[in-house]
Amino acid sequence: MYIRAAAGISPQSSFEQILADPVPVTGSRLQCMEPDYAKLIDPKMIRRMSRIIKMGVAAAIQCLEEAGERMPDAIIAGTAYGCLGDTEVFLQKMVENDEQLLTPTAFIQSTHNTVAAQIALLLKCHSYNNTFVHRGFSFENAMTDALSLLKDGQMKTVLAGGIDEITDTSHTILKRFGLYKKEPFPAGNIFQTGSKGTIAGEGASFFVLQSEASGNDYAQLTGMDTFYKPASGEEIRQHISAFLERQNINREDIDLVISGENGDMKNDAVYDMVYQTVLSGIAHIPFKHLSGEYPTASAFALWLAANILKAGKLPGGIQTKKTPVTVLIYNHYQHIYHSLYLLAAC
Amino acid sequence: MADLKKQIIAQLNLKDLKPEDIGDDQPLFVEGLGLDSIDALELIVLLQQEYKIKLANAEEGQSVFRSVRTMAQYITDHQGKSTA
Amino acid sequence: MSNRVYIAGAGIISAIGNNITENLAALESGQAGMGEMKYLLSAHRGKIPVAEVKMDNAGLAALSGLPSHYSRTALLSAIAAKEALTNAAIPDFSTLRSGFISANTVGGMDKTENFFADFLAGPDKGRLRNVVHHECGAATEIVADLLGIKHHISTISTACSSSANAIFFGARLIRQGVLDVVVAGGTDALTKFTLNGFNTLMILDNRYCQPFDENRRGLNLGEGAGYIVMASERVAQTLPSAPYCTLSGYCNANDAYHQTASSPDGTGSYLAMKGALEKSGLSTGEIDYINLHGTGTQNNDIAEGTAIKLLFEGKYPPMSSTKSFTGHTLGASGGIEAVYSVLSIRHGLIYPNLRFETPMKELPFTPETTFKKDAAICNVLSNSFGFGGNCSSLVFSKV
Repeated sequence: MYIRAAAGISPQSSFEQILADPVPVTGSRLQCMEPDYAKLIDPKMIRRMSRIIKMGVAAAIQCLEEAGERMPDAIIAGTAYGCLGDTEVFLQKMVENDEQLLTPTAFIQSTHNTVAAQIALLLKCHSYNNTFVHRGFSFENAMTDALSLLKDGQMKTVLAGGIDEITDTSHTILKRFGLYKKEPFPAGNIFQTGSKGTIAGEGASFFVLQSEASGNDYAQLTGMDTFYKPASGEEIRQHISAFLERQNINREDIDLVISGENGDMKNDAVYDMVYQTVLSGIAHIPFKHLSGEYPTASAFALWLAANILKAGKLPGGIQTKKTPVTVLIYNHYQHIYHSLYLLAAC
Repeated sequence: MADLKKQIIAQLNLKDLKPEDIGDDQPLFVEGLGLDSIDALELIVLLQQEYKIKLANAEEGQSVFRSVRTMAQYITDHQGKSTA
Repeated sequence: MSNRVYIAGAGIISAIGNNITENLAALESGQAGMGEMKYLLSAHRGKIPVAEVKMDNAGLAALSGLPSHYSRTALLSAIAAKEALTNAAIPDFSTLRSGFISANTVGGMDKTENFFADFLAGPDKGRLRNVVHHECGAATEIVADLLGIKHHISTISTACSSSANAIFFGARLIRQGVLDVVVAGGTDALTKFTLNGFNTLMILDNRYCQPFDENRRGLNLGEGAGYIVMASERVAQTLPSAPYCTLSGYCNANDAYHQTASSPDGTGSYLAMKGALEKSGLSTGEIDYINLHGTGTQNNDIAEGTAIKLLFEGKYPPMSSTKSFTGHTLGASGGIEAVYSVLSIRHGLIYPNLRFETPMKELPFTPETTFKKDAAICNVLSNSFGFGGNCSSLVFSKV
C-alpha cells in the first residue's frame, strides 16, 4: 500500500515548521493551528460545521488535492470521541431547556459519521463510506479497512484518516480522570518530568492510499499490526518481534523508530523497555510533544513518518547513520491499544 | 421584517449575510438563499421561541418560509392565537 | 477451500423479546414492542411512544453478568452477543482467531446525559463512573472482554447503517483469511439525547409507526442489540449443526445528497442494493424476501421504495419492515434485522409489516401484512440506510 498523499491539521502548522521551529508545549493542552477554511470548503457548508468537522473535511480536501484525486473509491474515518463540540451543545440545551425548544443542527452534526459523510457530500462521492469509533484503535481500524479494501482489488484509491478534538469540557473531564499533568514542567519538555500525566492533543490527519505505486509517493506502508491489552512486557516484545519477522526485516534494517512517549512515567516505561530490548540500538524520536496525546494520535505519527521519508529530513536535530529508508512507528494509547506501522521510502 | 432577518441570520448562522442582503420577497430555499430542510426545522423553533407560534408539522413550513414576507405575514396572522 | 462466509449463530434482544425464541413468538403473533416509556426518564413520557426492551438495568445486568451501573448499551450488547456465541456453539472457540465488531451510535450516552446534568452545576460535579464509558468503543470492549475475544475488536458508527457495515467488515476479514470467526452486529439503548434529537427533526410518530403506508407519520425509536456469528468455511465444517446460511453479498454506498435527508430517487439505497446483488451473483428475481429499512418516515420510505421500484422493475418479492415491531433501533437495527433475515432463511419465514393500511400512491407494490411460515426462502436482502447518506445492503443465501 502506497501513501500517495498525506495532509494534517495539528498543533504544528506544517512539517517544515516541525523541522525549523516546532510550537513548544506550555500548558496541559496543545491546540490545532487551523487554516483559513473558507479557501478549502464551500462557505454554504461551513456555516453548520463545528471545529472538528472543519478540521477533518479540510485535511481530507487538502490531501485529495495534493494527490490530484477527485473521487476516491472509499472514504474511511477513525475518531474515538466523534463530534464532541456538537454533542455538548445539544446536551447542554437539552438539560437547560428541560427537553423543550431544541434545534436539530447540533444533534445532526454530533453523529460520529459526520466527517466522512460531509466529505462524501462535498465531493458528491457515492462510493464506500465508513467510520470507526473504537477508542485508541479508531484510526488503526480505519487503516485495516482501507488495507482490506485495496487487497480485494476492486478499489485503487482510498481516503482514510484519524480525527479527534479536545473541547474545554472534554479537557476538564479528562483532567478529572488524572490524564494530564498537574505540575508545571520546563517549557517544551514533557519527557523528563518524572511525573504522572500527559498533555492533551488533537488533530486531523488524512491519507490518500493506493494499491499501486504512482512514482510520486510519500512512502510505502509495508505492514501494520495492532495488539490489545498485552498482559506483560514479554507479550509486547513477542508481538513486536513477530511483526518484524512477518515483515521479513531485521532490527538493524530499521533506520528510525517514531514512538508514542507522552511524558507520563508509566506510559513511557513501556518504550524504555522496548528500546532496551527488542528495539535496542535503533535511533528513535517521540512525537507527542508535537501533537499532544489523543486516541487517534497515531494518525499524526503516520503523517510525520510519511513526511520524514518523503523529505529525507529528521526533526529535532536527530542524526541517523544514513537518510532514513525504513521507519517503524510504535505507539500505545493508555497501555491498552498498541499499534505498529512499518514504512519504506519510495 | 428587519428584526426577523436578523433573527434568521443568527438562528441559521449565516455569518456572511447582513439583513439588507436578504430581499423581502427573495426565496429562502434552494435557488434563493439556498436553505434546506434542516434550516426549515431551525426556523420552526425560531417561530416558537421568539413568537410563541407552533407549526403543526414540517410540511406547513414550505409555504410559511417561502420568503421573509410570507414568514412575517404568518407571524402577524398567528401571533397570540397559538394554542400551543 | 472457498472463501465463503457462513452464518453459524445469532443472538438478539429487542422490544419484542430478550432472545431468539421470544422474538420469533412475537413476530408470529403480531405483537409489537412499542408502548409508553417505562424505563427512559424523559419529559416526553406519555407523549412519544418508544419500543423499549422490557427490563430495567438491574435485570439486564443479571442477565448479562455485568455490573448494573454499566451503560444500557453495553448490557444489551452483552446479552445478544452471548446468545449468538452460545447459539453458534463453535468447537474450540478459544483456539481460533476471533473478532468482535460491534456498532452503535450512542455509546454510553444513557449515563453521560445524567452526568452532564450534574456537571453543568460545576466542573467538579457529576460522578466520573457515569462518563467513563461514554465512547462508542467502550461498550464493545466490555463485551469483547466478556466473550474472551482479543484478536480483533472494532466499533463502527455510521448512523442507522452501522451494524450492516460491521457485518460487511467482519465478512471481509474472514474472506481474506485474517480471522476465523467474527461476532458482528450492533447495539443501542434508548437515550434522551437521541429521542430529543429525532424529535427536533420532527420525524417521530406520536402513534405507532406505519412503515410504507401512504399515511405514515414518522418513526418510533427502539432499542436492542443483534449479532450474527460468521465463520470461515474451515470453521463451518466443524460446527455441530448446519450453518444458518451464507452472507453472499454486501455493499456500502453513499447517497451524497444531504446530511440527513435521502435523495428523492434513493440513489444511495439503489446503489447499495444493486452492489450487494452483484456481489452475490444473484438476479433480482432470485430474492425471496426484502427486510426493508422502512423507518416509517416520509423521506426514507419514498426513497427506499423508489429505489426498489427502479431496481426490481415490476417483479417485487415479498417485503416488510420489522421496525413495525421493534421500532428503529438505530445502530442496532442492521444487526437485529440480520438476525431476522437469517431466521427467515432457516425457518422459511416472512414477517408482517404491522399496521399497514393504505398503499403509497407512488409505489406499485405493498408490504406483506401476514406472518408466513414454510415459505421457500433462499435469498434475503436486508437494507440499512442512515444519516450522512450511509447506505448498506446485505444478502443472505441458503447454503
